[in-house]
Amino acid sequence: MVEESPTVQILSTDGTFQPSAAAEEYLPLLDSLTHADHEQFYRDMAVIRRFDLECTNLQRQGQMALWPPSHGQEAAQVGSARASKPQDHIFPSYREHVVAKIRGVDIFGIVELMRGSTLGGWDANDAANGNFHGYTLVLGTQTLHATGYAMGIKFDGDIGTGDADRDAAVMVYFGDGSTSEGDVNEAMVFAASYQTPQVFFLQNNQWAISVPVSTQSRIPLYLRPRGFGIPSVQVDGNDVLASFAVTAKHLGDARNGLGPSFIEALTYRIGAHTTSDDPSRYQTDEQLAYWVARDPILRFEAYLRSQGAGDDFFADVTQEAEDFAADIRRRTLAAAPVAPASMFTNVYSEPHPVMDEQKAWLEKYEASFGEGNR
Amino acid sequence: MSSLETTTQDLPMAKAINAGLRKSLTDSDRVLLMGEDIGTLGGVFRVTEGLKAEFGENRVLDSPLAESGIVGTAIGLAMRGFRPVVEIQFDGFVYPAFNQITSQLAKITNRGRGNQSMPVVIRVPYGGHIGAIEHHQESPEAYFAHTAGLRVVSPSTPNDAYWMIQEAIDSNDPVMFFEPKSRYWPKGPVDFSASAAPLHASRIVRTGTDATLVGHGAMVSMLLQAAEIAAGEGISLEVIDLRSLSPIDYAPILSSVTKTGRLIVCQESAGFVSVGSEIAATVAERAFYSLQAPVIRVSGFDVPFPAAKVETFFLPDADRILEAVDRALAY
Ligand SMILES: Cc1ncc(C[n+]2csc(CCOP(=O)(O)OP(=O)(O)O)c2C)c(N)n1
Ligand SMILES: [Mg+2]
Repeated sequence: MVEESPTVQILSTDGTFQPSAAAEEYLPLLDSLTHADHEQFYRDMAVIRRFDLECTNLQRQGQMALWPPSHGQEAAQVGSARASKPQDHIFPSYREHVVAKIRGVDIFGIVELMRGSTLGGWDANDAANGNFHGYTLVLGTQTLHATGYAMGIKFDGDIGTGDADRDAAVMVYFGDGSTSEGDVNEAMVFAASYQTPQVFFLQNNQWAISVPVSTQSRIPLYLRPRGFGIPSVQVDGNDVLASFAVTAKHLGDARNGLGPSFIEALTYRIGAHTTSDDPSRYQTDEQLAYWVARDPILRFEAYLRSQGAGDDFFADVTQEAEDFAADIRRRTLAAAPVAPASMFTNVYSEPHPVMDEQKAWLEKYEASFGEGNR
Repeated sequence: MSSLETTTQDLPMAKAINAGLRKSLTDSDRVLLMGEDIGTLGGVFRVTEGLKAEFGENRVLDSPLAESGIVGTAIGLAMRGFRPVVEIQFDGFVYPAFNQITSQLAKITNRGRGNQSMPVVIRVPYGGHIGAIEHHQESPEAYFAHTAGLRVVSPSTPNDAYWMIQEAIDSNDPVMFFEPKSRYWPKGPVDFSASAAPLHASRIVRTGTDATLVGHGAMVSMLLQAAEIAAGEGISLEVIDLRSLSPIDYAPILSSVTKTGRLIVCQESAGFVSVGSEIAATVAERAFYSLQAPVIRVSGFDVPFPAAKVETFFLPDADRILEAVDRALAY
């Protein structure tokens, strides 16, 4: 007898529609998707992969301090992001570039962040940015912000009203390494205690820089939240349909007032943690080959072709990706210098004498060199 | 409360803060209290007594027992538009929340380019004089005063406590609110009609001409005691209550030093890299020609807060302050 996998998978690794037993209950969530939606999922994934490549190149050319690519994790991110509703709030870590894009953020903001032009690239309170909150670099801290925000949604009564445009949920992204951080565990305690409308979305890309997930946990990570009283599911994170269906279900439950849940998306970081990393020191060729064979974009391409998508469609997507990357390059090279005194603005929301004093001092000091004398 | 004749009332500081919190909870339904044992019990110091019964469990939260979790979720609630007021049970238990306070709460406004204010107040009962076991008598203000993005204040009287807690809640910036726990119980007049000074103003609480004493929180009563004793010996000491440790309101300090020529900065915390060190350096930079003696710091020693049986040898008292005054006057 074959042991039944707990993993929700809808497309087999070769792109055939072949739902696992665990996927059965999620299949109805796919009903709402049209062929155009499927094409959009593919577009999302392909464009962001090209963006990642462009940003990596720009970093190599000295245009950025660092670049954290999302190569390999596109399906986990696109599926989950496309399952969110406009009124939902998203709390990312620092690798969810396509989630930002899907929510409406101009992701040149991520470039500015990684260039060192700013400490935060976009205004999470601007409706145009789809409630996509700031990137968070201190691992795990954002899970508590997400839980607090979700507590607020609940206190405000914006769940379980039956009004599909009002009921809201929160989704927070984090990695396998981050699950060891105290904050992630405290977030689960608070989420369970307050029964927050929220989805914990774990991208298990198998690595925390160089440390394998086996160092973080001796049990599959999706089992851990159950000890906190939070229901959980493991999904094939390289299967965009599975990622969509599972997230749609759990965000829906959260909006309906059924409390928090936890999704572990099994995926893989193809390549380096960031441009500062050297994965050849810890990643084996066999492991890489195993996951490259499970590439989320190739898998979905095979599926789309089986559904009738032709070369024209794929050529069109390639062109869009090229154009997007070219635009990012152009804007990066044209980026204006940062005004030194900008470091003093926005440290506080209200007037602060020390900021005024030190800003004035710096400006006077700089001016003392005279035009062009520095 | 009925009108004019009752605008002033004698209250202990704990009850004054309670009254201030009640006022803020009443004025805005976005104000929330969060912390360990603050609901049903009313807090280990009873500062929040009765508030859960009055405002309900969604306004006064008996939080799960995790300081980082409390502050981290308070940040999320602030993003949602709430104005959370967090109680840390004791000074020595603020450190599990240090990361959320210094790397998140303090920096989110700046990171968000000013689009995300962080109106969160963190109340910390702090300081010695209560004979408690380890971690219950510390003065960790300097860690937070050192961090840009935070405001740090500490009331010394019930009246200031009543007003400053409300002003801190009204602030759109995060405020660390250090409550001198040894002053929770002595009563003092609270004037419900008007605040004595803005949140970040320091204040001359006794005028004098021979030397200036500066301190905050529980230290202010020590300074006043020292000044009283000195007056009996013909020495006139000016006493300034800092009230705000970040930013520091230097104007009254500098004009006082211009007058007296001598400054003694007093604090319960260890002196090394302390708020007192910062004031000493700044006054030396800005009032050098007015000084007739070096600025002298009177602090706790650079040791862990000692066992309670010897805390009186650690904590500056009127005698230690007057010893420093003598040294300053000897120049
Ligand atoms: C609190 C903290 N410790 C260490 C780091 C440095 N660091 C950045 S990313 C990373 C690994 C994170 O692994 P994981 O959570 O699995 O996320 P992934 O990068 O794989 O997406 C480390 C150690 C950090 N940013 N924050
Ligand atoms: Mg990882």
